[in-house]
Amino acid sequence: MSLISVKDLTVSRGGMPVLEGLNLAVSKGEILVLRGPNGAGKTTLLRTLAGLQPAYAGGVVADPETVAYAGHADGLKATLTVTENLAFWAGVYGGHDITPALAHFNLESLKSRPAGNLSAGQKRRLGLARLMVTGRPVWVLDEPTVSLDKASVAIFAEAVKTHVGAGGAAIIATHIDLGFEETVFDVTPYKARHDVVRNDFDESFDEAFR
Amino acid sequence: MIRLFWRDITLSFRSGGGFGLGLAFFLILVTLIPFGVGPESELLQVIAPGILWIGALLACLLSLDRIFALDFEDGSLDLLATAPIPLEGVVAVKALAHWITTGLPLVIAAPALGFLLHLDSAAYRWLIITLLVGTPALSFIGAFGAALTVGLKRGGLLMSLLILPLYIPTLIFGAEVVRRGAGGFLVGTPLAMQAGITMGAVALLPFAAAAAIRVALR
Repeated sequence: MSLISVKDLTVSRGGMPVLEGLNLAVSKGEILVLRGPNGAGKTTLLRTLAGLQPAYAGGVVADPETVAYAGHADGLKATLTVTENLAFWAGVYGGHDITPALAHFNLESLKSRPAGNLSAGQKRRLGLARLMVTGRPVWVLDEPTVSLDKASVAIFAEAVKTHVGAGGAAIIATHIDLGFEETVFDVTPYKARHDVVRNDFDESFDEAFR
Repeated sequence: MIRLFWRDITLSFRSGGGFGLGLAFFLILVTLIPFGVGPESELLQVIAPGILWIGALLACLLSLDRIFALDFEDGSLDLLATAPIPLEGVVAVKALAHWITTGLPLVIAAPALGFLLHLDSAAYRWLIITLLVGTPALSFIGAFGAALTVGLKRGGLLMSLLILPLYIPTLIFGAEVVRRGAGGFLVGTPLAMQAGITMGAVALLPFAAAAAIRVALR
């Protein structure tokens, strides 16, 4: 039984289809790595999987409480401390303990610093530590290793391995090799064709937002 | 959701959080009025209800775009949208937090400023009651406007244009309550109308605002 699967999915950005005919499924213990050049539609696909935007056609099959999403921005408040930031997200997701997440990402010594004083890499680590307090099975990560140094990448990879080993799964868009036993999924062949005439889209509402 | 409420309250008290911004604006506006229109107490007494309500309204407008724009920029809104709390609840909680940090201080400060404007002594009671009843509508209508413009860079002007017409009924009924109260007339009708607007805004606009945010996040 897969945790999340998509069938004949077409994803769109600004009303234009970007990727089409996608079929994939991720089960417990699996890591799926998305590859493709910049602008190929990896972020759009991940946002659709996370439920942030509706599918253009086809659909995503997943329990709504499945996905923990981490995008380009970390969702940190500069004036809250590291602990306060993490405790807030833990509270939102039902009060998981934040100590293991702080320990794993080496944030204990920075605990009482305002997030605004952290370096880019430290912020990223805090953003990723958030995933550990969500308690959700599928991590959907968009370029998680941006601004991380080599040691931090290793810490992150270790966190993903632990999570997947405990029955979770991860879908990661990345350009670097993280040393997983992963399934690689190249999105390039699914690029939507623009030379076909489509009549299947809903023009009624989001026309104004293109 | 309680977590979110306390986070928003905490953030508004931390540096750059904007607590006191509306209050300070209200204070400045009302203290400047006597210098602008002259110190005649009869004149001030007549315009005081209107000035106090307009001041409260503009002070509220000043801090509206922070409700969602900051969370949109740092990615928190994406994460809140995928969190296990409904987006409608997020909107309602954030509007409530906005009211606590902006509307409530205005209610508390208004009597002191009414004194500066020679407000009729019979009207103080109604000034406090009408602000207490009316300012939540300002926060909830404002949250809706902020949600509509959240995806726009510097959408402040557009938001003000969208919001101001929606604020007018609250302003009319609010000032009318104070005016009637000062004159010793019955205030039941305008107060009931204002309470109705507030309840309608609190009940319906979180749904509209959440829908607007979903569109903006696409």
